[in-house]
Amino acid sequence: MVNRLQVDFCGLTLDNPIIPASGCFGYGKEFAELYDINMLGSFSFKGTTVEPRFGNPAPRIAETPSGMLNAVGLQNPGIEHVIAHELPEMKKYFNKKVVANISGFAVEEYVKCASLLDKEDCVGILEVNISCPNVHGGGMSFGTNPNSAAEVTKAVKAVTTKPVVIKLTPNVTDIKEMALACEEAGADGISLINTLLGMRIDLKKKKPILANTFGGMSGSAVFPVALRMVYQVASVVKIPIMGMGGVTTAEDVIEMMLAGATAVQIGAANLVNPYVCRDIINELPKVMDKYGIQNLKDIIGGAL
Amino acid sequence: MNQSIFTVKENLSINPSVFRMTLEGAAAKGHKPGQFVNFQIDGCYLRRPISVCDSTDTTLTVMYKVVGEGTEKLSKIKSGEKLDILTHLGNGFDVTAECSAPLLIGGGIGCPPLFKLAKELIAVGKKPCVLLGFNDPAEVILADDFKELGVDVTVVTKGFVTQADIFVEGKFDYIYTCGPIPMLKAIYDGSKTSGQYSFEERMGCGFGACMGCSCKTKYGNKRICKDGPVLVKEEIIW
Repeated sequence: MVNRLQVDFCGLTLDNPIIPASGCFGYGKEFAELYDINMLGSFSFKGTTVEPRFGNPAPRIAETPSGMLNAVGLQNPGIEHVIAHELPEMKKYFNKKVVANISGFAVEEYVKCASLLDKEDCVGILEVNISCPNVHGGGMSFGTNPNSAAEVTKAVKAVTTKPVVIKLTPNVTDIKEMALACEEAGADGISLINTLLGMRIDLKKKKPILANTFGGMSGSAVFPVALRMVYQVASVVKIPIMGMGGVTTAEDVIEMMLAGATAVQIGAANLVNPYVCRDIINELPKVMDKYGIQNLKDIIGGAL
Repeated sequence: MNQSIFTVKENLSINPSVFRMTLEGAAAKGHKPGQFVNFQIDGCYLRRPISVCDSTDTTLTVMYKVVGEGTEKLSKIKSGEKLDILTHLGNGFDVTAECSAPLLIGGGIGCPPLFKLAKELIAVGKKPCVLLGFNDPAEVILADDFKELGVDVTVVTKGFVTQADIFVEGKFDYIYTCGPIPMLKAIYDGSKTSGQYSFEERMGCGFGACMGCSCKTKYGNKRICKDGPVLVKEEIIW
């Protein structure tokens, strides 16, 4: 029987386009206790850096209308611990290829993570988060400067045979320029959007809620912004896109794909409904029937 | 963890800001004292974590203080309404800790989880005493409920719980506590006795996925929601 949900992403066949987003799914363990996560297309593991990081002080979470802010600050046990402990553990409950999300504060850090992960069979795709500040570049995020974005892309591509997907921040003037710079530098795909910078103030204390003052906004409120940016990027690049940002329902997945996404990541929604990815995958055929869609891969970029 | 639908049986105001809600659902079974549940509330994006005050095989009782938008909405919910709840969250208190006369110290809305704890400690043959602290006599909750369990109850509404007569080394051999951080810190500093301290933090998910509520401990980084909310005294870093 033909799998109506199947898509191909950078040479990888995914049973469906649904991929829980980095930072909202850990290494999958908490969710594997609830349902068989092998039903997912894949998942993107918690953003990993060379050195272990505790991240920002608490409070790290604030609520927004139809969304949330987080300022976790890339808490992770470091690449060596991830390879030695988290990935072997993950293979006990996840037998598909995982998306490995990596971050760094200098080009060499991305290179080290990428080259170590290149040897890991369970890694299907490297997702390079370029939203962190570039310590050598004066603290500006790699993802807000097309030259820096291209530099990271080239450096990572040089040390891996795995497909390299660059994850873009939406906090830029022209998202198309960033995506094109990554494509020209050899990126195999683009994922977007990371969170939108925001803040909340505690009215009782009259101070920012987050200890970090600012945090990244996600949740259903950002969906229209994310959709617009996926559409803009899809209109200029030829490489495939993982669309994300506020996706909560099967209908949202279809909109993302019509806007040009080949795969769709689900982030904050997992934190509210831990079964949301399972539910979306189960719902998709019914929603496809409703809108006369035979196969999901036929609709990619259909709205362009 | 479980996700299921509960039916609200009762949602009563027990003082100007605190409500007691009793819910019915099959997933009520098997809660440890000190565990919490996470309520989905219409109009709020994130769930609201609230500790379990008591539970049976079919009912769950929580007490909550109205402090913001979420608890305000929760307080308006009527009997018969259905709520989507994640249950069995957090590690909970360990009632098998070596002791015979533990002191249970609650501060304000930190008192409710100690109620189920007292019941279970009694059930395993221990003789707990209870010390409850509140900012104001009008805020006292649960004192009579604890007395009905047959335990010695001290209520403090002026000054600190650490100034109470019962809070003297030798009168207890273990501490279980839940309440505001300054109270926990005062207990930690004011006693050499070992114990279990239950913490609170703003949470994203409540089940260990988002790293929103991490803290540092002497035993490594922990997530308040999944590896806590209860930490043993020996691992706490202030």
